[in-house]
Amino acid sequence: MQDLLDVRNLTKRFGGLTAVNDLSFTLRQGEVAALLGPNGSGKTTALNMISGFQPASSGTVLLDGERLTGRPPHWISHAGVARTFQLVRVLSSLNVEENILAAVMFRKNPPAKETAQEEVQRLLEDVGLAGRSNENAASLTYIDQKRMELARALASKPKLLLLDEWLAGLNPSELSIGIGLISNLNEKGITILLVEHVMDAIRALCPRAVVMNAGRKIADGATAEVLRDPEVVRAYLGGAHAVA
Amino acid sequence: MIAAFSFTALAAVFTALAAAPFFLGTYGTGFLLGLVGYVTLASAWALFSGPTRYVSLATVAFFGIGAYTVAVLYETLPSWLVLVVAALIGLVVALLVGLSTLRLAGVYFVIFTFGLAELIRQIVTWYEVNITGTLGRYLFVDYGPEVVYWKLLALCAVTLAIGYLVKRSRWGLALKMIGDDEVVAEHCGLPTARVKLALFAASSVIITLVGAIQAPRWTYIEPTIVFNPTISFLTLIMALLGGAGRLWGPVVGAVPLFLLFEWLSANFPDHYSIILGLLFIAIVFVLPNGVLGFLEEHWTRLRANRSAKSDLEKREAG
Repeated sequence: MQDLLDVRNLTKRFGGLTAVNDLSFTLRQGEVAALLGPNGSGKTTALNMISGFQPASSGTVLLDGERLTGRPPHWISHAGVARTFQLVRVLSSLNVEENILAAVMFRKNPPAKETAQEEVQRLLEDVGLAGRSNENAASLTYIDQKRMELARALASKPKLLLLDEWLAGLNPSELSIGIGLISNLNEKGITILLVEHVMDAIRALCPRAVVMNAGRKIADGATAEVLRDPEVVRAYLGGAHAVA
Repeated sequence: MIAAFSFTALAAVFTALAAAPFFLGTYGTGFLLGLVGYVTLASAWALFSGPTRYVSLATVAFFGIGAYTVAVLYETLPSWLVLVVAALIGLVVALLVGLSTLRLAGVYFVIFTFGLAELIRQIVTWYEVNITGTLGRYLFVDYGPEVVYWKLLALCAVTLAIGYLVKRSRWGLALKMIGDDEVVAEHCGLPTARVKLALFAASSVIITLVGAIQAPRWTYIEPTIVFNPTISFLTLIMALLGGAGRLWGPVVGAVPLFLLFEWLSANFPDHYSIILGLLFIAIVFVLPNGVLGFLEEHWTRLRANRSAKSDLEKREAG
């Protein structure tokens, strides 16, 4: 299969700190991959550069061969990249339906309003929020806000979906619902890159993992092998454990 | 049905307002003129600042630009062309200001816009003193206050129509998205910078036109009059009192406050600004969402209570 996402030598410097250092990897069309690494290793910064939220210091990101770097987020969204945020962000003056409608109405080639509203209802059903249209988005529970954020990301009809710790903070039963939702999306052909710490979810969802430490890529391959890689173990647990 | 009725009612109100100068004297017409002026200012201000929550204190900068353009050009150009020139100058300034400031968030934007009004006042003062050698200009036009009033009334109708159309279209949703979270709005595919710039420019051009149309009312114009920051504050507080996020909010806020300010400035000219300040504080504390927001909130709560009660009664009866 063809590469959908091509990240080449992506680098982000904040003054003297290099948050992401020469990161390169590719994602094939239809793949689900995890972007792993200890806290502060640059995963979210990498995601932010792909979605256009933060400009890259150097390097390029290509989607279907088209250059994303240097473009504003709305352009990248129209090119086919959608994301959720590490800390859920809802449009708090809008209700649940309008939160999703917002993303439908401003995607590339938006439909007429009636069609859009039908589509919003389908998306709400897909994420398990059917019948909740008129509720205030800000007063939803945490898991429901996460569901809504996922529906909003899907509303822009992405080719690539970036999930930033979307499963974090869910209880075990919510977690299995969440894993089910993500694997359904992938079956529909959406390519997914997850930043995640929940190991069960990573094993269940992602055949492949890219691992970062201190801004650099230290491993890339089949998830089970990558997680046994001594350098990965050392990065997560510290040097002393790796020797033993 | 309701839409047709509202439209007919509105048309009747505007027709009555348009006919008012034939029945009222010069004083009455002048009074209505001031009122319609502030209704238009507050509505134009809320067009951009209401949903986006970018609180602008640049109102008087554009108002003054409009008034000064008329004072400088009214003898050389026909009056409609003067308005066009004023609108264009307002547009150019709005685009320059918008491009350089709409990245500023929250209080920085407020301070910048306040500073902008002062800056433009100083520039005009400097220019008049050093280049033209006069401070203050006389303005004698060959039409009466009723003509000024009709122009303002037309502009007011256009402003409300624009507000209505924007709210109904997806751009109304876009402005709310910007007010809530610009990052999310951008990631939903909304070109936030362009939308903000367009709406800020539209709002500023209307404000410029209010200044330009009202200018002949003063017959004597100088920077301290037409760049008086109180105009910015009054506009802001009127929009906030009624509810800046709603189409009719600024109208609901502007009418009672204009009446109050007229009465205060006539009866308590020395304590006017103290009372004004206290009123500002009271409105922000008591009605953070404006009168319409307050009513809406209580109306939904009342209805919820009532339906819960009737449910209970039904269950008890059954």
